Amino acid sequence: MSVNVTMKVNGQSVSATIEASMTLVEFIREHLRLTGTHVGCNTSQCGACTVHINGRAVKSCSLLVAQAQGAEVLTIEGLAAANGDMHPMQAAFKEHHGLQCGFCTPGMVMSACELKGKLVDPTDEQIRASIDGNICRCTGYQNIVTSVKAGLAAMA
Amino acid sequence: MKADGIGASVKRKEDHRFLTGNGQYTDDIILPRQTYAVFVRSPHAHATIISVDATAALAMPGVVAVFSGKDIEDSKIGGLPCGWGITSKDGTPAIEPPHPILCIGKARYVGDHVAVVIAETIEQARKGAEAVEVDYGILPAVVATGTAAASKTSVHDQAPNNVCYTWGHGDEAGVKAAFANAHHISELSLTNQRLAPNAMEPRAANAAYDRSSESYTLYVSNQNPHVERLLMCAFVLGIPEHKMRVVAPDVGGGFGSKIFLYAEETVLVWASKRVNRPIKWTADRTEAFLSDAHGRDHVTKAQLAMDKDGKFLGFRVDTTAAMGAYLSTFSTAVPTILYGTLLAGQYTTPAIYVEVTAVFTNTSPVDAYRGAGRPEATYVVERMVETAARDMKMDPAEIRRRNFIRSFPYATPVGLTYDVGDFDATLDGAIKLADVEGFAARKAASEARGMKRGIGYSSYIEACGLAPSNVAGALGARAGLFESGEVRVHPTGKVEVFTGSHSHGQGHETTFAQVVADKLGIPIDDISISHGDTGKVLFGMGTYGSRSLAVGGSAIVKAVDKVIAKGKKIAAHLLEASDTDIEFVNGEFKVKGTDKSVPFASVSLAAYVPHNYPLDKLEPGLNENAFYDPTNFTYPAGCHICEVEVDPQTGKVEVCSFTAMDDFGNIINPMIVEGQVHGGVAQGLGQAMLEDCIYDPESGQLLTATYMDYAMPRADDFPNFKVGTSVTACTHNPLGVKGCGEAGAIGSPPAFINAVTDAIGVKHIDMPATPERVWRAMQTAVSA
Repeated sequence: MSVNVTMKVNGQSVSATIEASMTLVEFIREHLRLTGTHVGCNTSQCGACTVHINGRAVKSCSLLVAQAQGAEVLTIEGLAAANGDMHPMQAAFKEHHGLQCGFCTPGMVMSACELKGKLVDPTDEQIRASIDGNICRCTGYQNIVTSVKAGLAAMA
Repeated sequence: MKADGIGASVKRKEDHRFLTGNGQYTDDIILPRQTYAVFVRSPHAHATIISVDATAALAMPGVVAVFSGKDIEDSKIGGLPCGWGITSKDGTPAIEPPHPILCIGKARYVGDHVAVVIAETIEQARKGAEAVEVDYGILPAVVATGTAAASKTSVHDQAPNNVCYTWGHGDEAGVKAAFANAHHISELSLTNQRLAPNAMEPRAANAAYDRSSESYTLYVSNQNPHVERLLMCAFVLGIPEHKMRVVAPDVGGGFGSKIFLYAEETVLVWASKRVNRPIKWTADRTEAFLSDAHGRDHVTKAQLAMDKDGKFLGFRVDTTAAMGAYLSTFSTAVPTILYGTLLAGQYTTPAIYVEVTAVFTNTSPVDAYRGAGRPEATYVVERMVETAARDMKMDPAEIRRRNFIRSFPYATPVGLTYDVGDFDATLDGAIKLADVEGFAARKAASEARGMKRGIGYSSYIEACGLAPSNVAGALGARAGLFESGEVRVHPTGKVEVFTGSHSHGQGHETTFAQVVADKLGIPIDDISISHGDTGKVLFGMGTYGSRSLAVGGSAIVKAVDKVIAKGKKIAAHLLEASDTDIEFVNGEFKVKGTDKSVPFASVSLAAYVPHNYPLDKLEPGLNENAFYDPTNFTYPAGCHICEVEVDPQTGKVEVCSFTAMDDFGNIINPMIVEGQVHGGVAQGLGQAMLEDCIYDPESGQLLTATYMDYAMPRADDFPNFKVGTSVTACTHNPLGVKGCGEAGAIGSPPAFINAVTDAIGVKHIDMPATPERVWRAMQTAVSA
């Protein structure tokens, strides 16, 4: 069964006729060819596919495209400025070596950005608890925690 | 120190693309006319394949082709090769059963590749795979490692008792004599459980055949594209190497699991010619759990003989190691060459003997995983040393000090020669950083709250920088272990470096550029590093065993040295001086003792615009390559100290602090090194606390094949780690570096288990020390 969907992705209106069973991440990666959003497990356990829908971080592997009908979707490609200047959270990850292989990174950054407004001057433990839906196999998380803390401070 | 040179924490050049979604991982690559592959995998651990019927699948919309073992057999395609030959102690070679790229006759583990369906879309390929009818005759499965050799069932007819080899190493008689004269013999039985590597990027491949040139291009998530090409072309498919380009683009973590030549990408390359279309395959997570080569899986009994002062006299280790259902690329070397040779640890134990029985089981193949053999060796040694200290009622630091190697070079009784080290420095440094002095007070405070507190040490040593090719060859390696580096200087003095090492998170684009910036005295922004493409890079053995900087970096340094040597000749001509009077300092060629100089970029320009140039003596151009073959392994070593608190009500263990004091030799980028240690420690603690591949003992089903069932370490499982380094420079490579990628995963598991057993007062507890296991161990300890 096909359905028509319309949404805004990274500020641009997109419309498509797609299979109703298509997940949001498939739509983003295969249809829109925005391959910065990754698939690590497809069961919403790892968080590599995290994007924002109407400002909330969601795991796009576990959402049907139709569920994002009319929504404002922000992917990692929409976070930096048009000229490529990085968002403060992205810059903080670079500054504090909060990434290694880069695969979990877009999802991690999208999850981290959502914490703005939720956490004020957070402790390491609060940050650790807040990002436990995103798995990273490379960094041991320590530099991610430092990055998130610095990124949130820079966003304030 | 140059601000962007050796020793500086330069921010990574690769980060912008990863942070902005511009990385190019294999699944991101979309080729024109691309098709999609889905593998039909065996749902049974051991079964006869009676028939494979693709009729219904081929009638499904979009299905392009279906292939099974019969097609492979008809095409006379060989099996996947094993890259390391091991000889049993009776002189017979290891049994190497065929490893067909699609099952022929039998399936031997859950996930074994029975057939492949190729279709226009991924969804059509999935539906096609569901429509393939396979008739299986279910057989009993061999599952447990420890009892495989006694099983009435054989995984392979060639190995009736499931034994692949029985390898003996060291001085058996010497150990026997030491045991006869011992004051005390400590004993320990332990399991080093099976792990799934879980790189966050699942394995993926995209294979294309070009009919016009009769050549192939394979994009694959892999740690060593040249090795992949060599093995696939020369040993399986018979494709000439110049007709095959292998590209390993951005790779989302490897940890060993992407070293190996796998069936999936080999099938894709073979089938791409059959269908004359590109074919893409990307594993889903459960497929990754089933089909990525696993790590560890040892069952071990160890005995350590001591004199009355706690001096080690003799050490005997008996290990059964699982190979899984087939021999993966380096599977045979891991529990032998990379394990038995490390059993001296940091100690002067004069007699050591190890016997390893490798067994086939109806489980996923086992191969190198972060540390590969050295974590298993370190776990045995450091758990044994802890047990010995407790038996002898000695302080665990003191018994280590009493046995440390202090004179270098030191030839161990298990075949390695440590070139340099200072084990007192890392132990003392760790004790200070961990504030061991304050432990008694912290323990008292824990006890006042009804909690148990413990501390555990691990003084590890490992062998990296694989390896002198002739030594490796003598030990059974079927490949060289050198590395190549090419330094291409452009006319304007900008530099492109091509390395056979591969970065899948390590940050080579930064570290290697720092080395070149330092040696050539030019800004790091004038240098770019290329890797991961057999179409660009001369040759390469790739990245594993923490070898990139020690071997790949050394090759680059050799090539840079050649550039400078040629540059001196050009500069001598330009400066009208003798070659021997030219020195290269801070990016300038100078006539010694004068103020006459010419900058690097003027020399490179002269090389490509050779108007004023010694053409009669020197070729134009400035492009040099080098191969570096190491003369020894490198020996990173250090001391890890873990402090835990255990809740006796629940058995839950909290890591209160973890300290790593490591000696990696000279350090190029301290920020990156620290990141490697963090990641390694987290992976080691993941093994010690959380992770376990569990198979149903009867059916051989992998029960932990999703992230709901396999406990991956998450951010809230750890505290911040305390990390320090002390340096003894490696004596035999030009950078004095040793490697840092695996140390964290090697040193940390025994530190954690030593701490937990110290806290709850039991001799041993197997990994992972889950709350249930810890709680049960405490009940046993109380009732005993």
